[in-house]
Amino acid sequence: MDAKEILSVEGISVRLSGREILHEVSFAIRPGEFTGLIGSNGAGKTTLLRVILGLQSANAGRVLLDGRPRSHRNPLIGYVPQKFLLDPDMPLRARDLVGLGIDAHRFGIPRPSRARRALIDQMLEAVDALSFADTRVGLLSGGEQQRVLIAHALIARPKLLLLDEPLANLDLRAGHEVVALLARIASEQQIAVLISAHEMNALLPAMDRIVYIAGGRAASGTTAEVVRADVLSELYGSHVDVLNVHGRVLVVAGAGDDADLHGHEAALPGVEIVS
Amino acid sequence: MSAGAIGALLAPLIEPGFFAAEDVHIAIAVGAIVAIVSGTVGVFTVIRSQSFAGEALGDLNTTGGSAALLAGVGPLWGFVAAGLVAASVMELIGIQRPRGRDLATGIVLGAGLGLAALLLYLDTTLHNTTGATATILFGSVFTFSSTLIPLVALLGVAALTIVAALYRPLLLSSVSAEMAAARGIQVRLLGSAYLLALALAVALASITIGTILSTALLVGPAATALRLTKRPGVAILLAGAIGIAAMWLGELLAYDSFYWPPAGTGWPVSFFVVTLIFIGYLLSGAPELARRRSRGA
Repeated sequence: MDAKEILSVEGISVRLSGREILHEVSFAIRPGEFTGLIGSNGAGKTTLLRVILGLQSANAGRVLLDGRPRSHRNPLIGYVPQKFLLDPDMPLRARDLVGLGIDAHRFGIPRPSRARRALIDQMLEAVDALSFADTRVGLLSGGEQQRVLIAHALIARPKLLLLDEPLANLDLRAGHEVVALLARIASEQQIAVLISAHEMNALLPAMDRIVYIAGGRAASGTTAEVVRADVLSELYGSHVDVLNVHGRVLVVAGAGDDADLHGHEAALPGVEIVS
Repeated sequence: MSAGAIGALLAPLIEPGFFAAEDVHIAIAVGAIVAIVSGTVGVFTVIRSQSFAGEALGDLNTTGGSAALLAGVGPLWGFVAAGLVAASVMELIGIQRPRGRDLATGIVLGAGLGLAALLLYLDTTLHNTTGATATILFGSVFTFSSTLIPLVALLGVAALTIVAALYRPLLLSSVSAEMAAARGIQVRLLGSAYLLALALAVALASITIGTILSTALLVGPAATALRLTKRPGVAILLAGAIGIAAMWLGELLAYDSFYWPPAGTGWPVSFFVVTLIFIGYLLSGAPELARRRSRGA
């Protein structure tokens, strides 16, 4: 095994109430890499992230962080959950939420200090959130909340940043901004970024590697290695075509032998239905 | 405004003898402790959306308090015992999960209050304590013995210690239980510890303004504070201050009301405290309303 790998997922299988959610999923991520975890809704992305975080146990396989089995509370991982609506009444400014990223697991009341404030400001600046540092988080837009949550995750200096569907519910422009920001963070701070999405096109310009997941199985590599008709057809267990249309990648169920995929076309990542 | 001016303004309010009576000293001390605890715990009750749990604890305190009276011990012991039992039961049936909790809690609450109806009846008939029902349901802040103060302080410090110790994990898990769990915080255990602090806070509120109105003191000042500040620490201090203001002013008005019609009986303190909290909550919405109106125009 390459010692430089920050995350190694080795043969992870998960069964939930008799149904196989993940089947022998393996891939590895190195520092500074921007990796997209691509799959349709229900493909097993969130379960896989929960296994990596230690919130879900696996029936087989193991997860290594920096070459070691993961411990209960792992400061190596920063996590941004799937978008949730924050109550506007929540008495929490953007800077308070980022501050909780430093020491939320500790007992007692945080003591304000100049160093603490400077660190929080620095993180807010890194995600271009300084201008709304003193606004209630519940009043921020989806893209702004996303950036504050990224700063919250980054302030603990993780080596791996996991984001669950950060682009869902963001408009195109806010989505591009978040992707560009994460790509910059990955290369500048040498943090491995793993980001799940059901649509790969927004990530294509930034993605170093892709983990493509379908029906609980995964294929990983560079986009050139993975996003190909033969690789994805094997993953889906039936023929799919990969089309390149005006710089956008579309994965569509192939004609003729798609009995298995009947009715699933809309769920294929990258597909846009044009009738 | 100078202190003298404030004194002159309040002078007509303050009946002679208010600050001289020992009952008043005790009521002021207990009222302050209870208001601080309710405000502090209440801020988390509101942001964790657990007002329902607070209400349920208050209702079941009725059962515990009336049982304690029947047994001849102070109602506070009954409140604390009932609160701890109720908190454990809620933990077991998972009141923190929305699904299924309403039905289970409703049935348990109904049974508890039914039992309280019997116990209060027995209190009144067997012990000939006609004031029992009013004492339990609506509080009795002017009839405390000074020996109660150390116990009230001890319970208050216990509740505040729990909240202070768990301040950061509580705040993060109120934002997102998932984010807290991902950081290795034991979210379930944290919820149980918080429920314990809530049970203590509700027991303390119950002895001052009664089991039925305890939620008002828990949630009212906290909700008002949350409208006025965007900082969690400030919200807690503000909720405590609002609670103290309502409590003390309520006690003052209740003392004055001995001279109001119908003469010689005095109005219940709880009425004044809860009304003041309600007025404060309405007033706290005024700035937002004005802002919206000016923007709309």
